[in-house]
Amino acid sequence: MEIGIDIQKLSVLISVIIYTFLLLYFISKARKGEKLFLRKIPGIEAVDEAIGRATEMGRSILYVPGLSTIDDVATIASLNILSRVAKKAGEYETDIIVPNRNPVVYTVAKEVIKQAYTSIGRPDLFKEDSVFYVTDSQFGYAASVCGLMVREKTATNFFMGMFWAESLLLAETGTSTGAIQIAGTDAITQLPFFVTSCDYTLIGEEFYAASAYLSGEPVLVSTIKAQDVMKLIIGFLLILGGFLGLIGKSYILNFIFPK
Amino acid sequence: MKKQVPLFIVFFIGLLGFLQYFITGPLSKSVYTLLLEWFQGVQGMAIIMAVISLTRRHFTNVRKGKNVFYSLVTLISLYGMMILGIFFGIGKGSIFDKIYEFVMVPLNATTFSLLSFYMASAAYRAFRARSVESALLLLSAFVLMIGLTSFGDVLSESLPYFAQWVLDVPNLAAQRGITLGIALGILATSLKIMLGIERSWLE
Repeated sequence: MEIGIDIQKLSVLISVIIYTFLLLYFISKARKGEKLFLRKIPGIEAVDEAIGRATEMGRSILYVPGLSTIDDVATIASLNILSRVAKKAGEYETDIIVPNRNPVVYTVAKEVIKQAYTSIGRPDLFKEDSVFYVTDSQFGYAASVCGLMVREKTATNFFMGMFWAESLLLAETGTSTGAIQIAGTDAITQLPFFVTSCDYTLIGEEFYAASAYLSGEPVLVSTIKAQDVMKLIIGFLLILGGFLGLIGKSYILNFIFPK
Repeated sequence: MKKQVPLFIVFFIGLLGFLQYFITGPLSKSVYTLLLEWFQGVQGMAIIMAVISLTRRHFTNVRKGKNVFYSLVTLISLYGMMILGIFFGIGKGSIFDKIYEFVMVPLNATTFSLLSFYMASAAYRAFRARSVESALLLLSAFVLMIGLTSFGDVLSESLPYFAQWVLDVPNLAAQRGITLGIALGILATSLKIMLGIERSWLE
């Protein structure tokens, strides 16, 4: 049977290998107890404050895990953040409402919340109806969640994951109810809407770093450091590639984008 | 065992998906098809649980007298459409199809069209020149909105070109920067889950 490596994707394979090594290097550093500095991300720093606000007001927290399916990495990142948020909410005994658009995401989100409450020793806090499926229809889902925000008067809204045209509908309704809102997405076209309508927005990589950042675990934090170093390498390659391109040598460009 | 088995499954399936991306040939394609078929199966099972969840939530609402009207509409719509579909078919011209075409589609369109009003209110808040950055945003939005309409062409011939340049150069440069971060973030998250470093789903 014919088996080969797609030569067009060789640059991607090499990048993944380099990145994996960087990741393992920083993890070993963290395990040795070395402290790693991370810049402050206001959106992530505000998570505790937002949960605290809901607790003080005696209202619920709304967590929207995006509208995509479970095979979208953004949804997985969102569920990781949900776990951290649920733990904090559980410690404060604040209700968390998670409406879902995808049936698989619904089942996973339910388990994530259950596990989060169990891990803090409060499995009794889990309410079967707090994580629920709404509909597969994009705007049906948006209408339902908007209605939920207006009726339940949720104090804090989290919009984390993949969003499409419904992002502004959700975020603007949340603004009109006076909720503190934190959004995080890798959908570039929806970022401006979240930036305008939400109090804090986790842009792209910040969204992926949030779970590690919130956990505060050195091993997880070290993965963000690996990300930064990889970015430095890519930045250097971009500058070098640009310079070489200017003098008519396009080795790097041809390697990254083979013809 | 309770943790190791799921971690191994995640690692194995992740590795399979990863290798499939780089490997060519019929074996790679059949692995991909198999994974997709499994996913369809999981999705099918999850739908049953999702419908039970929806029913239970709204049934509880009705019993507790909380948002009774909305919950009744949801339950009647859900089961009404199900009964219509099973007993009268879903083909062209069926009652199911007519309800979809004359109720569901206009409702979706109405919700979508609300977006234009929300855009206006969000734009009003965003385009206030409170700092140098927001003034720049206001200016570029103004240039784009005028430049990309036929009115821009009437004002000046070079305005549409300038608007397009704003989109193609500074805007694209910023987008590429963000995309780069996203790609690394996706890679980091995938590796963290595959290697069992991120296991908040398993705690």
